[in-house]
Amino acid sequence: MSKGNWDLFEIFIRSKNGLSHKHVGSVHATDAEMAIENARDLYTRRMEGVSLWVVPSKSIVASDPGDMEHLFEPARDKVYRHPTFYKVPDNIENM
Amino acid sequence: MYTTDLRTKAQKAADAKDTGAKDEIVEASENEARFQARIDDEQFIEPKDWMPEPYRKTLVRQISQHAHSEIVGMLPEGNWISRAPSLRRKLILLAKVQDEAGHGLYLYSAAETLGVERGDLLEQLHTGKAKYSTIFNYPTLTWADIGAIGWLVDGAAVTNQIPLCRCSYGPYARAMVKVCKEESFHQRQGFEIMTVMMEGNAEQREMAQDAMNRWWWPSLMMFGPPDGDSPNSAQSMAWKIKRFSNDELRQRFIDATVPQAEAIGLTMPDPDLGFNEVTGHYEIGDLNWDEFWSVVKGEGHCNRDRLDARVEAYADGAWVREAAEAYAEKQKAKHAAA
Ligand SMILES: [Fe+2]
Ligand SMILES: [Fe+2]
Repeated sequence: MSKGNWDLFEIFIRSKNGLSHKHVGSVHATDAEMAIENARDLYTRRMEGVSLWVVPSKSIVASDPGDMEHLFEPARDKVYRHPTFYKVPDNIENM
Repeated sequence: MYTTDLRTKAQKAADAKDTGAKDEIVEASENEARFQARIDDEQFIEPKDWMPEPYRKTLVRQISQHAHSEIVGMLPEGNWISRAPSLRRKLILLAKVQDEAGHGLYLYSAAETLGVERGDLLEQLHTGKAKYSTIFNYPTLTWADIGAIGWLVDGAAVTNQIPLCRCSYGPYARAMVKVCKEESFHQRQGFEIMTVMMEGNAEQREMAQDAMNRWWWPSLMMFGPPDGDSPNSAQSMAWKIKRFSNDELRQRFIDATVPQAEAIGLTMPDPDLGFNEVTGHYEIGDLNWDEFWSVVKGEGHCNRDRLDARVEAYADGAWVREAAEAYAEKQKAKHAAA
């Protein structure tokens, strides 16, 4: 904790009710309460949000870019999951 | 998400002892080719992606220098908060200086995604090992300097930072988007100060002109040495950290700023300045690069002051950091007991 290397927290902001929280950056803090205060000062000086989430960075498990293919590629050849895959007869106006 | 093991599969494999040295070299050059192909394809590089070590190092140096500049940049303006001529100006200046602190923090966060610690970066600043923009080593003598800084210094900074919003490293680019959004008010409030002074009495106009005379040349030097003397630029361009050369950006700033100065009746402090009808650009006299390099080497008016003020502020805040740490520990113990 010395030298100012306090825990890192990732900050998520809900810009307005009805929308999800979105990642905006990170702050250092000694605890979650301070993280909220620091995030408030740093990320919402211009009414950027109505709600904050702070999450200790070390609690986040991220996928490995090396696993990108086996995680995301299988979706690529499944075009039938999209509505544009299907032919709709010309005489049908709305579907 | 930035504190997990930052090594990719390939790096982990390379680190494992049983990998033959030959395989490592082949793999490294393959990685490098793939990396450059992604850059050429205008893809963003994210923290956990494989990147060449020199790319990472260049970014750490550039982003941390940028962060230091934002933080040190608070000092020359902070001097004037208590002496602002009206409550309106005081509120604006407070908000601007607070923004600069924010810019520094966005940038330290971006640097940390590259596997460095903030405390170490601050230590490099405080011990004089790290550089920051030379512009902040000039003194702010009168209130008009606050106008000139907002208009010229922040104006030059924005010109530099807009292309950085498309820099190849994702966290740096995203930080720049936020910074640029906030910067636009900084330049306008400075120009407004200059405009109001130019509408004032002779003494006020003289003060504005004097600030212009002192800040014009240093702000042109903020774009860095001429292209011919900027050896690292080509590599940064290939990596798309840099999108335009120093001279291109400088020219862009000159072309935008000269008409603004003329519009409010300021005289450009350059007898050689002229508009080239053929190219459509302003042409300026020679820049004094000897002065630039002497300021870089620490011979500027305020090099010592700035660093001392930073170190002092950090030392004076030590008890606050210690108290916060003690409080957090106490809370933790309380929760554990409950
Ligand atoms: Fe800034
Ligand atoms: Fe600024």
